[in-house]
Amino acid sequence: MAAAATTFSEHSAFKLVSCRPNSSSLTAFSSLKLPFAANSPNYSFKAWKSQLNPQRHHRITSPLRSTTTTPDAASTVTTFHGLCYVVGDNIDTDQIIPAEYLTLVPSNPVEYEKLGSYALIGLPSSYETRFIDPGEIKSKYSIVIGGDNFGCGSSREHAPVALGASGVAAVVAESYARIFFRNSVATGEVYPVESEGKPCKECKTGDVVTIELGESDSKLINHTSGKEYKLKPIGDAGPVIEAGGIFAYARKTGMIPSR
Amino acid sequence: MASLTIFPSSSAFIKKDVSLSAFSSQPSFYVKSSKKRVCKKIASVMAPQQSERKPSTTGSVKTGLTLTEKILARASEKTQLVPGENVWVNVDILMTHDVCGPGAFGIFKKEFGENAKVWDREKVVIIPDHYIFTTDERANRNVDILRDFCTEQNIKYFYDIKDLGNFKANPDYKGVCHVALAQEGHCRPGEVLLGTDSHTCTAGAFGQFATGIGNTDAGFVLGTGKLLLKVPPTLRFVMDGEMPDYLLAKDLILQIIGEISVAGATYKAMEFVGTTVESLTMEERMTLCNMVVEAGGKNGVVPADNTTYKYLEEKTNLPYEPVYSDGQARFLQEYKFDVSKLEPLVAKPHSPDNRALARECKDVKIDRVYIGSCTGGKTEDFMAAAKVFLASGKKVKVPTFLVPATQKVWMDVYSLPVPGSGGKTCSQIFEEAGCDTPASPSCGACLGGPRDTYARMNEPQVCVSTTNRNFPGRMGHKEGQVYLASPYTAAASALTGFVTDPREFLQ
Repeated sequence: MAAAATTFSEHSAFKLVSCRPNSSSLTAFSSLKLPFAANSPNYSFKAWKSQLNPQRHHRITSPLRSTTTTPDAASTVTTFHGLCYVVGDNIDTDQIIPAEYLTLVPSNPVEYEKLGSYALIGLPSSYETRFIDPGEIKSKYSIVIGGDNFGCGSSREHAPVALGASGVAAVVAESYARIFFRNSVATGEVYPVESEGKPCKECKTGDVVTIELGESDSKLINHTSGKEYKLKPIGDAGPVIEAGGIFAYARKTGMIPSR
Repeated sequence: MASLTIFPSSSAFIKKDVSLSAFSSQPSFYVKSSKKRVCKKIASVMAPQQSERKPSTTGSVKTGLTLTEKILARASEKTQLVPGENVWVNVDILMTHDVCGPGAFGIFKKEFGENAKVWDREKVVIIPDHYIFTTDERANRNVDILRDFCTEQNIKYFYDIKDLGNFKANPDYKGVCHVALAQEGHCRPGEVLLGTDSHTCTAGAFGQFATGIGNTDAGFVLGTGKLLLKVPPTLRFVMDGEMPDYLLAKDLILQIIGEISVAGATYKAMEFVGTTVESLTMEERMTLCNMVVEAGGKNGVVPADNTTYKYLEEKTNLPYEPVYSDGQARFLQEYKFDVSKLEPLVAKPHSPDNRALARECKDVKIDRVYIGSCTGGKTEDFMAAAKVFLASGKKVKVPTFLVPATQKVWMDVYSLPVPGSGGKTCSQIFEEAGCDTPASPSCGACLGGPRDTYARMNEPQVCVSTTNRNFPGRMGHKEGQVYLASPYTAAASALTGFVTDPREFLQ
């Protein structure tokens, strides 16, 4: 297990796993980010890391989609768990990744990591607790909770990439700007979850939270405050995320040939 | 005359029939409440699901389509579609630049193979423009990556630059991608143009569907020439009345964004019609469509007309077929403006929807003025600024940075006579006014960029700028304060050292 884990570099986590027996779509999508083939399609790479590195909580997936058709257990639940970092409305792409860092090319593994180290560095100094501690290159927060219009501004894909590279598994926002949402879905870097109302008003940076995305209902659980918040279904982007991104979806639907 | 039709089931989005006449300074209750409601209602990412509309039994009654819906229908080879539908669309032009090109190419190769070829070497336009005149090694390397790809793929349109010390020594180099696309005839009515830049929506000025996408989507288009797009519902903005001579398209779009907020058009198309729009030049229409993304808009469109055809005459040989919204087309909302009642505006820090009258900000002391970018660095933008300097005859009180968007704009600034000046060029007027020398054409400091970018804001200063965004840190320094404005307002402000309504000089 340890040996398998060490063949994967930090950035090679495939962010979203819908655990199915034959996940060829998974492999196809993970090849999007990995320079080498993924050979454990049923496991989240981040889950591997969290087993080795217990204090860094990442996403735990419960592979509940089985081949049986028992009513309750057959529903797929995707969960994310970790510390949350809370921001406000209209967090634009310049705050997520300032333009001066856009010379870094996301498809280059070394530069991908560097992008991660600059995630949310553009937030004004009114955010006293910084997203990444000085001297660190990853964040301890794996879930970002935001307000309206998260990710507005530029089309730069560097934005969801920087968040993903820094260790964010999911964002919970009241609403998203379209290009950021699209890029999140297309890359699989962060899972863009929509909330009902504004949990960002009540949650505090550092709270321990769990996101549970079920087929019929989804919620954000704040373990620190004990409160729960309703989340919205993913909608049209669901099939694309589930397939593993735009390329996997296109292969699955026959739009482009399979590999 | 199209009557106001509200899209039926999506009236849940915005309950009010928002017919606005132009507002003056009073922030009315009406504006506040609709803004708040709009903000809340934009929470849904998904457009309302529509069941497929079937033609009537006689087959002769069809649902009217909006301009945007028609373009997407044609591009997806469908006769009917409705907002909310996801369709695979054939792409006519894909544009990328030095910031996103390398990433898009990386994905293209990973997904389609090292030896894959782009779907059409004549439909990919590659325009280095963002971080050009800098010693930043990675930035320079990114332009090299563009070149390598273009050579390997035999890309027809690559506006290359090699000599960074002298932009004029590069015959192919253009500058800012959105202005170059227009000037080189790549924007055509009825077509689908995608670009790895949020301001790709600028091209909607030509009556086409144009929107920004990320590297991954671009990598997909490179290999297939298609993309999965969700059909947006359309917001219609009707602007009538004669344009006052102290107002520019920038003021119109700032008015609109201030009205509907930075998320007011999320996932929607913004269609601009009316006598005022018809009177606008192509460059002014580009300014209007350019900032559609600042309202969250997916795309902006201005229906093509004689102004469009004339502009395109010398620029493109390719045939094009304009489309127009049907009389029976359904619009999500319609907003009406009486342009004669509007006044010059600014967007105060730190949001493009933080609208205020320029004259009400006259006590705001400023440190610098920036005139440039795809939004406000075109030929007519400089002519407008020159007009104000000429009218004043005085010198600027703060450093005034001028960055022409493209080589062609730069040449116009140095050669075209400014009306009423007795034959002086913009450059002469700028020099007499004490502005900085017009710089090498590129995106420049609009988005800050590498530290050595000309006119980058490296200190916490107050700047009036003709650019498109003013979120914290946009032009460089996180505590910098950027007031977005028209070229008239920017020039007027430079002359006084305070945010200034251009009527101080133009009337």
